[in-house]
This record gives sequence, structure tokens and C-alpha cells, in this order.
Amino acid sequence: MDLSYGDAAEAFRKDVRTFLKANWMPQSVEKADMKAYIAAFRKQATEAGYLYRAIPKAWGGSEQAPDVIKAQVIREEFGRARAPMEVPGNGMNMLVPTLLERGTDEQKALFIPKTMSGDYIWGQGYSEPGTGSDLASVRTRAELVGDKWIINGQKIWTSQGGKATHMFALVRTESDAGKHDGISYLLIDLDQPGVSRKPIRQMTGESGFYEFFFDDAETPASWIVGERGQGWNVSRTTLKHERASIGSAAMLGNQFQKLVELAGEMTRNGQSAIKDPEVRQALTRIEGWVMAHRYSSYRIMSSAIHDEEAGIISMMMKLLLTEIGHDIALAAQDLIDDEGLIEPEPAGTRGRGPEKWLDQIMGSLGNSIAGGTTNIQRNIIGERGLDLPRDLAMERGQ
Amino acid sequence: MRFHLDSDQTAIQDVVHGAVSSVLTRDKLHVFIDGNDDFEPDSWQAVCELEMAGLMLPEDQGGSGLGLVEAALVIESIGKAGAPGPFIGQLLTAIALSETDNDTARSAWLKRVASGEAVATFAFGGDWLPTGWTVSVEDGKASGEVRFVPSASAAKVFLTGTEGGGLALVEASNAVSVTPLKSTDRSRPASTVSFEEATAHELFPPGDDGVQRIFDAALVLLAADALGGAQYCLDLSVEYAKERKQFGQPIGRFQALKHQLSTMALNVEPARALVWYAAHAWDMKQEDAPRSAALAKAHLCDRFVEVARDAIAAHGGIGYTWEYGLNIWFRRSVFDRVVLGSPAVHRARAADLAGW
Ligand SMILES: Cc1cc2nc3c(=O)[nH]c(=O)nc-3n(C[C@H](O)[C@H](O)[C@H](O)COP(=O)(O)OP(=O)(O)OC[C@H]3O[C@@H](n4cnc5c(N)ncnc54)[C@H](O)[C@@H]3O)c2cc1C
Repeated sequence: MDLSYGDAAEAFRKDVRTFLKANWMPQSVEKADMKAYIAAFRKQATEAGYLYRAIPKAWGGSEQAPDVIKAQVIREEFGRARAPMEVPGNGMNMLVPTLLERGTDEQKALFIPKTMSGDYIWGQGYSEPGTGSDLASVRTRAELVGDKWIINGQKIWTSQGGKATHMFALVRTESDAGKHDGISYLLIDLDQPGVSRKPIRQMTGESGFYEFFFDDAETPASWIVGERGQGWNVSRTTLKHERASIGSAAMLGNQFQKLVELAGEMTRNGQSAIKDPEVRQALTRIEGWVMAHRYSSYRIMSSAIHDEEAGIISMMMKLLLTEIGHDIALAAQDLIDDEGLIEPEPAGTRGRGPEKWLDQIMGSLGNSIAGGTTNIQRNIIGERGLDLPRDLAMERGQ
Repeated sequence: MRFHLDSDQTAIQDVVHGAVSSVLTRDKLHVFIDGNDDFEPDSWQAVCELEMAGLMLPEDQGGSGLGLVEAALVIESIGKAGAPGPFIGQLLTAIALSETDNDTARSAWLKRVASGEAVATFAFGGDWLPTGWTVSVEDGKASGEVRFVPSASAAKVFLTGTEGGGLALVEASNAVSVTPLKSTDRSRPASTVSFEEATAHELFPPGDDGVQRIFDAALVLLAADALGGAQYCLDLSVEYAKERKQFGQPIGRFQALKHQLSTMALNVEPARALVWYAAHAWDMKQEDAPRSAALAKAHLCDRFVEVARDAIAAHGGIGYTWEYGLNIWFRRSVFDRVVLGSPAVHRARAADLAGW
């Protein structure tokens, strides 16, 4: 076993650091100019080969050979310097990889540069009021009339829905085809009379997701990714390129560290809570899981570097993260005790006390729903990981 | 970077598992657990012939120069097979003899232990932790009593925890008496061992850094045994769920059971990397090695108990029988959990070690 990244990677790390030192100096920038400064920085970082590595130069990327370790070093160094990485969100995470694999040149030229620049912000239009876990049951439909798709229906729970300029959506286009074969993957401009949106207030009190209504909305005939009826398949596309990331392990590690700090700040039985034997047991019990998660992430990254399949462990990481998040939530709830009776001010507000943990306590519940519920994850582990026979009820539903 | 098994490492696992399961058939294991012996020579021989006991010794001491990572893979396979051993004791004694400054002890015993010619077990006792060890050693003579010593009647030497937290190698002789205990874990029956001025070689004086290192290695190996055992419980349950039919279909089709099995898998597979890490940290003599060993021991032993229970539940009536044999691993989970200190003990240690 070898957890070091190797000499070549460390030399590369030096280059990245030198680059950041020379080019990321946010202290010297006025607040009003920050946006432009960040955009210019991203451009430089792309020219240096650090950002948008999977994207060909033709579409504005840096077109680098896939290298899991280099990608990781970049994440670590940018993280350390608090320098911005690629624009966050569904666009870069989901749509662009899909376009790179399945999109036409016209689509790539039209959408990739604007997504990279942050001009286009994408909503993921999968869920509908009647369609959640059973995603292939989508009912929003589109009909090709001349050179346009005419779209009618409704999408729901769209994250980033307030800011979104566009949506990639699963819609039914082939009314006489089967459940999966009737779906196409369409790109839709949300700024048009046929589209209206409504915020939905989340349990945290914030408006994190939206509902979208399509009433004879239009999209050009060429804004379909893949062929008609291949939308299901297209939506499963994930680019393998530098995918293995230990980002969530770092995030979880930080969260655990904060929990330990919280225990140091709160009191219990007249002493610092972290001195309490029960608290010490609770923290170290969680830490075993956090370590199992962290080193499993390294294991998956290592497999990716060596171009090997990691197996069942890769199907477990989402559920594992969710479950550990729940454990942390319960421990935090215990620690903040009656401070939890105070509703926290929104994230980013100064002067928030221990009640700010309610963000994590509630947010951890979102993890068990978004992106495939915990039950669905268990189905996947059981059926694809352990090779157990498929549920008859679900088979009948197909 | 390399943090998954390479082909040599998977080969170690396969070879050990293959060797053990070819001699220790299910019938034979059942005969053993129904009998009164605390040592099973055939599986023992099969593993020692693979030169596994000395695998961590440097090559100039006749070993393979491998690390605790590989030793953990061996023990994981042993745990999966439910083999008696005392493999953990043998490996630990070899490491202790390799790392001690006591040349006399080393030249007298290292080769014999590493080759498997002399059976070696561990006799720590007390409250398991070095601070609680009780055997006294004076002028090369050990006296005291130690409970829960596996394979004691076959042992030629005992890696013994001494008063104040030292380690000595005590030789079997008339001055050593072995009283078998009626043991829960029938695959690793333990005894109470009494030393009355028995010949002893001091390997590490009380408080020596070497003691903690051997103890940490022991924790990692026990975690590895738990991993192997838990994996076996999972494998058997999954296999059974595919074969057993109720309501006209394999029970593994029922979602409730499928989810139980997924939960078991979630208890096993992520924990594997934790064992690797704890072993790796030990090999690299990292500062976090003791803490990682403690957390690995605590985590894995809890997981094993949980998975062993779930496995029995997942089987129905057959799982509750003596004959089917799942209880062998359930009982091993009871052993792994308490031997060397329970999860709560090691979590408390881990909190102390973090300076909280
Ligand atoms: C914070 C957040 C952000 C989201 N963002 C987006 C987004 O941007 N775009 C988008 O399209 N969607 C988004 N979603 C929606 C999310 O993908 C769905 O909520 C999720 O897939 C579950 O669907 P559902 O809500 O219809 O629940 P249902 O599918 O109705 O499930 C309800 C319950 O039934 C269980 N269940 C359903 N089917 C099965 C089965 N076969 N076996 C066992 N149990 C089952 C589920 O596990 C769950 O417990 C978001 C959700 C959340 C919470």
C-alpha cells in the first residue's frame, strides 16, 4: 500500500502552487471587481491546464489527458488557496459530461463555453409530481412540430431553479414506445413565455428548489441529446474522465472535525462536553465510520488510477455518506441540546451560534432523498452489487 | 499511489483460504468444535507450510519481508475459514522475537516460531491492556495466572504480558499448567494458564515502545479476523438468499431481505479499507498508527457482531441450528469483540490518544 501520490505528482503540485501564488490574489481586488477577477483567473487556470481538463480546446477547455492524481492535486491545492475551481452546479457536473459523450458538435459549441463561463445555469428536469424513484415513468411530453419540440407538463424539485437559465429534461416523445424507450433528453431555454416557475420552500425555510410548468413551451428540434427515444440511456451517461474524487471524504472529514470542535465548546454535567465519557464514545464510534469512508474513497481513487474496477464499494459511497451524515446529525443534536430550540439565521450570517448545526441536522435528510433515495441505493447494492434477483413488484412496474 | 490490493496480495488471500479450506472441511471443523481439543494440527500445518508465520520477518531473518497489511490478509482468510489457529499468536510472537533486543531468545526461538515448528500463542490476560498485565518475571522465571489463552495446550511458547506492561516469552514446561475453560468460541477454545517460576525470556521491558507496537499489531490482526468472519457471514447469507425459495421465489427477491443483506454489505465492505489503513499506518510507523489500530479494532468487532446476528436472522430456522454452523462465526464474533479489550475500551483510548 502506498498513500503518497509519487514524485511526479509532487513536482506537479509545486507547479500548481507557483501558479496560484502568481495568479490568485483576491486580497488585492475590490469587491465590485471580484466577479471579473474570478472569470479572468479561471481563464488563466484553464490555459495552464488546471481547469476544464476534459473539455477539448475547441470548446474552450484545456484538453488534458485524463489523470486522476493530477486532478486530485489540483483540487487539493486550489482548495488550500481557496481559489475557485470550475463553475459549480449541474451544468459542469452533469450536462457537460453528457454532451461530451453524446452531444453533437453544434450542441457542444452552443452550450459548453457558456456553461463554463457561468452564463448558462442548468436545472435538472427529471422529477415530476408523479415521478420520483420510478424515474422512467415521466409524463411531461414533447411533440415535434416542424423544426420545434412543443413541450407540455411539469417538473418539480428542481435545485437551483431560481437561477437556472436552461434545463436538461427527460420527456416523453414516443407515445407508442415502451416505458424507457419513449423518453428523450431535451435541452430547454427557460426564458420563454411557455415556461413558468414557482419556488418551493424547503423544510429549512429556504427556497432551494422549484417547480416548472411547461405550457406549449418550445425548443429547437436539434436540442435533443442522443436519438429520439434514447433519453433514458443518455441520462445514464457518466464520463469516466477523472471521476474518482475523494472530495466527499474531505468534506466529511471537515464536518467530523467541526463536530469534535462543537463538543469542545458545549458543556455537559458542568464540564466541557468532550470530557464526557458518553460523548467520547459517540464521537469515536462515528470516527470509525468516517475513516472507513475516507479510506474507501482512497481505495476507489487508487482503482481508478490503475484503471481497475473498484466493485461493490463504489455503489456504497452515496449511502455511506448519507448514513454517516445522519449519525453526525444525531450527535450534533445531542450536543447543541436546547440551543437547538433557536431557529438559525441563514447560512453566511455573522454571529450564528451552535444552533447553526440545524442546517446540517436538516440538510442531512436531503441527502437520503436527492439523487436516489436510500431505499433505492439499497436496491442497487442488493441487485447490482450482491447480484440478488430483481424485485417482482418492480419488474412488473417496468 | 496504490491503495487497493495488488495481485500478490490477492494471491496471499487466495492461497491461504484455499489451503485452509482444503484440509479443514466443513465436517472436520464440526468435529473439532464438538470435541475437546484446542488445537487443530492439519489446518495449522497447511498455513505454516505456506511460510505465513514468518511473512513479516526481514529476509535476513528468513522471512518474506512483508508487512502487517499482508499479515492482516492472512488473518482475514483465517477468519473467513473459521480456522482455530493460534495464527494471531504465532504471527505476533514472530514479530516480537524479530524486534526484541534479546538475542538469546531470538536465536533460540525465532526460527522455530517462524517455521511453525513451535506453536506460539499469546497470554496477555489482566484487563487485556498492557497497563493491566499481571505476570511477574524475575531472574528469567515467570509467575502468575493468565485467563483466556487460545490453543494453550499445544503451545511451546507463550507471548506473555508482564507486570507494568512488558512482554516476555515463556517456555512450556512442567512449571506451566493449562486448565481448559469451557469456551464460547468453540473454534478457538481458551484456557487459564498458570506459570510457576516458568522459564521466561524478557523481550521488552515494561513501558518499552516495542510493547505498544506489538499490542497495536494484535489489535489490527483481530480486526482483520473480524473482517474475514463478517465477510463469510455475508457471503453465506447472500448465497442462501439466492437458493432458498418461499412464496414460489428466491427469498433474496423480497425487498425487505434484500435491504437487510445490503445493510450487512455496508457493514463489511467499507470497513475493509479501514483495516488496510490501520495495518499500513503500522507498517509505516506513522504517528496515528496506535489510534488507527484502536479504532479499527473497535469498529470491526462491532461490525462483525452485527453482521453475524443479521446473518442468522437472514437465514431463518436453519441459521439458529448448531448443525448449519453459522453459530461458529457468531461465537467467533463474541471472541473478537472482547479479546484485547472491547470496542468501548478502545474508543475511550482513541479519545485519550487524540488529546480530547
Ligand atoms: C434537496 C433535494 C434536491 C433535489 N433536486 C432535484 C433536482 O434538481 N432535479 C430533480 O429532477 N429532482 C430533484 N430532487 C428530487 C429527488 O430526485 C426525488 O425526490 C427522489 O428521487 C425521490 O422521489 P420522490 O420524491 O418522488 O419520492 P418517491 O419516489 O415517491 O419515494 C417515496 C418513498 O418511497 C420509497 N420508494 C419508492 N420506490 C421504492 C422502491 N422501488 N423500493 C423501495 N422504496 C421505494 C422511497 O425510498 C421513499 O422513501 C431533489 C430532492 C431533494 C430532496
